[in-house]
Amino acid sequence: MLEYIIRRVLYVIPIGLGVTVLVFALVHMSPGDPLSAVVPPDAPEEMVQDLRKAYGFDKPLPIQYVTWLGRVVTGDLGVSVARGREVVDELRIAVPNTFILAAGGTLLGFTLGAIFGGIAGYFQGRWIDKLATAIAITGVSVPHYWLGLVLVIIFSVEMNVLPSIGMGPGGSTAWAWDAEHMRHLVLPVVTLAVIPMGLITRTVRATVAEILNQEFVQALHAKGLFQRQVLMHVVRNAAPTTLAVMGLQLGYLLGGSILVETVFQWPGTGSLLNSAIFERDLPLLQGTILVLAMFFVLLNLLVDILQSAIDPRMSRQ
Amino acid sequence: MTAPAVAEPVVRAEDVAVSFVGRDATVNAVNGVSFTLDPGEVLCILGESGSGKSVTLRALMRLLPFRRARLSGRIEIAGLDVMAMSDRALADLRGTEVGMIFQEPMVAFDPVYTVGRQITETIVRHEGVSQEQARRRALDLLDRVRIPSPERRLRAYPHELSGGMRQRAMIALALSCQPSLLLADEPTTALDATVQIQILLLLRELQREFGMAVIFVTHDVGVAVEIADRIAVMYGGRFVETGPVREIMRNPRHPYTQGLLASTVHSASRGQTLEAIPGSPPDMTRLPPGCAFAPRCRFAEPGCETPPAAIQLSPHHMVRCIRAT
Repeated sequence: MLEYIIRRVLYVIPIGLGVTVLVFALVHMSPGDPLSAVVPPDAPEEMVQDLRKAYGFDKPLPIQYVTWLGRVVTGDLGVSVARGREVVDELRIAVPNTFILAAGGTLLGFTLGAIFGGIAGYFQGRWIDKLATAIAITGVSVPHYWLGLVLVIIFSVEMNVLPSIGMGPGGSTAWAWDAEHMRHLVLPVVTLAVIPMGLITRTVRATVAEILNQEFVQALHAKGLFQRQVLMHVVRNAAPTTLAVMGLQLGYLLGGSILVETVFQWPGTGSLLNSAIFERDLPLLQGTILVLAMFFVLLNLLVDILQSAIDPRMSRQ
Repeated sequence: MTAPAVAEPVVRAEDVAVSFVGRDATVNAVNGVSFTLDPGEVLCILGESGSGKSVTLRALMRLLPFRRARLSGRIEIAGLDVMAMSDRALADLRGTEVGMIFQEPMVAFDPVYTVGRQITETIVRHEGVSQEQARRRALDLLDRVRIPSPERRLRAYPHELSGGMRQRAMIALALSCQPSLLLADEPTTALDATVQIQILLLLRELQREFGMAVIFVTHDVGVAVEIADRIAVMYGGRFVETGPVREIMRNPRHPYTQGLLASTVHSASRGQTLEAIPGSPPDMTRLPPGCAFAPRCRFAEPGCETPPAAIQLSPHHMVRCIRAT
């Protein structure tokens, strides 16, 4: 077990390096000059060359990569071209905001998904299963941004009970545990929770139904266990698969849904990415993607370790 | 044959029938099985796959998917009316009065719980003892079924044990609350030949030691002879012949029993063609009204189209065949 964990943690190093290569390459392979965002089209050629030298864009790509990587590992993600501020500082504001949103969406989506999926799997083939499955499919199919807009129309425009924009009063970008901030959280969280809710419902339903068909469930009944004890066994067996899907979903949510954050103008990483793309702000784009990708890697590490803690068969393969 | 005649029977089954209702067809898996089992007696239900032997076994504990299965008849275990029991009473009976072992111990154990935990949870559930006491009992049980280094096996997960070891652990689990009846659903079928013998001998020994009654389901005549006091040959969801093992082996009266015995390697010598029963097992969704074996029987005659009555050849030997009279 410990050996497995150590091995799994060491895997993070090559994976992380791969991620940096990809992030660097993707951003540099996209068309357009990285300086075009800051330099006016009629700028003199000399000035452009000077700037290029200043940013290091004149060196060959591998060299640029190594220099960039060297700075990244010391925690320096560079300076945003468009905003003139440290990328790290931008992220320091955006990441916690996205976490708040993701935590809310996770809590709501996973809880509902686990409950619906559990009920549907247990009562497979009956009307309650069909109802839960219908909700799940609707949840997966409805586009985020559309649902967000519809919710805004209903609850903000028509009923005027919930705010539609921002995360707090007066364009607040720092979270606070007060009623006003909470009210701002409701619509984005609901919007964000719908897809994971649907996916988790379907996963849990399939997993529970499959487990209930296994012989050992009969054997548990044959031992005379109480129904709730048998259910505990089912839950423990369903947990690893469910956790894996939840981990992936949490990764997506932490990445900050660009669409949801844009619709609700939530000052998180999604909004940050959105503006970095539009402003062709390469350092900001690179830094944000890298941080999000590393979250994903670490999250997967966590899920793998949790899974092997629950299911003893995994760590020994 | 070793049972004292005075004792109340452990099992009394009367006209037990099970059908599975599906969307397209109804499978009549068991069609009126009656028998009694005395304390300490070993009954072997012998039959091919699909003859309804496993379903009969599970029906005794009402261990059937409640939504699709229709169960009728009378079942008494240790004098208690199983059919009238509440779910709670049924759960109390299972594991205490009745233990069960399965064909595939790999899939009958929960893969994510340790073997020890699965044994202790049963003991704690039924006897309300402390975890520590239950653990000591489990340790003792593993010792009884001769699992080497039992301390370590208690902490092992099912996939970490060998097939034979798993089945031993399964037996320990089934015996954990000293049941008076053990149901064994082809417990040796999935094992290697050498391990089969060991498990059979172990079962036989524990059966004597605990004085349990055993119902042992198998399709293997050799296994049946090894362990049974009494054999019930099952075909098409009915007992077609029952009797003491010696009587059945020496004087099989039902053509199906005769066919089964002739088709085993047991008595055949090298070079001699093995006799097989022609045809295939009956379609349980469309059983003939009369003798289910008639379509494959070389002695079939027009009279076989009415249900054959049970004929008592002797107080212990019953056969359902019109030719037996």
